[in-house]
Amino acid sequence: MTTAAGLRVERWTRNSVIRSSLIGLAVLGLFAAPTVFEPAITQKLTGLWILVLMAAMWNALAGYGGLVSVGQQAFIGIGAYSTIYLTHAGVEGYTAMALAVGITAILAFLTSFVVLRLRGGEFAIAMWVVAEVFRQFVSFDSSVGGGTGISLTALGVYGPDYGRAFTYWWALTAATAALLILFFLLRSRFGAALQAIRDDESAAASLGVRVRSSKRIVFVLTSTGCGAAGAAILANTLFVQPNSIFSVQWTAMMIFMVLVGGLGTFEGPILGALILFLLQNQFGNGGVWYFIGLGASAVLFALFMPRGIWGTITERFDLRLTPIGYWVRGPAPPTARDPGLAQSDEGPPTDPPSEVAQ
Amino acid sequence: MIWVNAVMAGILLGGLYALFACGLSLMYGVMGIINLAHGDLAVLGAYLVFVISSSLGVSPFLALPVAVVLMGGLGYLMQRALLERSLRAGPLVPLLTTFGLAIVIQNGLLQLFTSDSRSLDAGALTVASLHVNDQLTIPLLGVVIFLVALGLLGGLQLFLNRTAIGRAMRATAQDPDTAELIGINAKHMYGLATAIAVGTVTIAGTFFGMRSSFAPLSGPSQLIFAFEAVVIGGIGSLWGTLVGGIVLGVAQTIGAQINPQSSILCGNLVFLAVLIIRNGRVFVSRAVSS
Repeated sequence: MTTAAGLRVERWTRNSVIRSSLIGLAVLGLFAAPTVFEPAITQKLTGLWILVLMAAMWNALAGYGGLVSVGQQAFIGIGAYSTIYLTHAGVEGYTAMALAVGITAILAFLTSFVVLRLRGGEFAIAMWVVAEVFRQFVSFDSSVGGGTGISLTALGVYGPDYGRAFTYWWALTAATAALLILFFLLRSRFGAALQAIRDDESAAASLGVRVRSSKRIVFVLTSTGCGAAGAAILANTLFVQPNSIFSVQWTAMMIFMVLVGGLGTFEGPILGALILFLLQNQFGNGGVWYFIGLGASAVLFALFMPRGIWGTITERFDLRLTPIGYWVRGPAPPTARDPGLAQSDEGPPTDPPSEVAQ
Repeated sequence: MIWVNAVMAGILLGGLYALFACGLSLMYGVMGIINLAHGDLAVLGAYLVFVISSSLGVSPFLALPVAVVLMGGLGYLMQRALLERSLRAGPLVPLLTTFGLAIVIQNGLLQLFTSDSRSLDAGALTVASLHVNDQLTIPLLGVVIFLVALGLLGGLQLFLNRTAIGRAMRATAQDPDTAELIGINAKHMYGLATAIAVGTVTIAGTFFGMRSSFAPLSGPSQLIFAFEAVVIGGIGSLWGTLVGGIVLGVAQTIGAQINPQSSILCGNLVFLAVLIIRNGRVFVSRAVSS
């Protein structure tokens, strides 16, 4: 694309095409994991893809949509419990998980009419109340075990080893699909509109951005992703209890991953998920000091490194893995009049290219 | 008569929720921060009262003023050291900061005091009640809490309207930059508002601990109740929080009368119904109302 001033806006450079293809190949390679590793490791890796999915969803909601929610556990729980209800109705296990994602989407759409009119902190806590309401409804229903919880027996027909592998593929497919949808959505006009709303809602509205419907799309989409994560969590642990699946600690984990990785960057939450995964395996999941560390590092990153590890790295080293943003290049040397704009096409650019949309 | 009893208990419970809510409302009114650690600070305050009263062997009522001063100081430091920085970083960062703080406080308390629940001993007041007639009795502790809530809300209103610091605080709430121009130290005002908020929520946490029991993870539900009271009453209005607290309290006690399990659910549903009816207009005014 060339503009009147001789500036070129680049998206797919040769490098980014090569990098994206390599990432694609690597993801295909990941699908082979259950054939290589033993089931226990497959189960752990399934946990990693669930973390990646959750982090990407919370990041899209807060980092791109500007909606900080402390109640996304509502949809994690809905995804898990919808699966239980469907298998009780006789639906096959993995089909039930897929249908549960659809049910989550419908409930998220209905919820959006109650909560999306609120802004900032009001939206944040209202979502928490919504999660509590869903938790209380499920706790009252003795057909799914009430407050004591229930096991998922429908996957038992596959045996433990095949079950682990199928669940792994289900979780990896869900995470990859969610990241692909996000990737193309953020590159579209919609991505730009969303970030305009995040930065200034009134200004975006005055430029013709449809604020409410854009927020609704991102809210429903990311909540649906959390539903997929919930179904996968259930399939990976085979047991669910209202107090743990609707726990605010899922949100604590999502906030940690996104803040440490990089709020509002595409790759950051994936890095954050990897860091949390390593921490969980190192220190065990659920200890008191583990959560103190999670909370304290969220505070420190929010205050002192607001762009997270990935955001800081890309800022300093001008590095990018996925072509989400735009590069604005100066005109090539022969046509350059203004030396300040001149940049060579070969070698690294002398000025850091300014980024229009990240 | 059962229903009259339930409504009476709900109104008194509303006083406690108003105590929880007024600090949340004040911080939101003055700084635009919704403090997600509000409930956990209440629980921290209750533990502080517990530690002071049990180590010195005095009544929690005597330990409370000391704890309020200490917690108020902690609130001032928290504002100046953490929240002030987060306020400059955009509207989302205070939410993330206070949420992280909440997780740290909850788990820190778990580490120090285990997950056992405790309660504060209010002495003879715990069981004393006013006998209206054979069917209707009113617990004296509930009446005391309600009167303290009335006094605190009235005092806060007087402070904001009639004192120089109160006026400076309202000016800062409306426009911190302009307030600075006329010689008000906005950062100090923010610190004071947080100190008052944390001080009042310590009182709330202490009464909560006398009325029932508390544990390290009791904070979040108290935050939710406080927030519901603020929204039902209309954000920005101090007396509104009392109305909101009473509506929430009555909804919960009537819900409990229908089915003991559905008490909190009933309060949450009333809150969501109010949200739907209001159609998103939850503000009375951003600045603390006069």
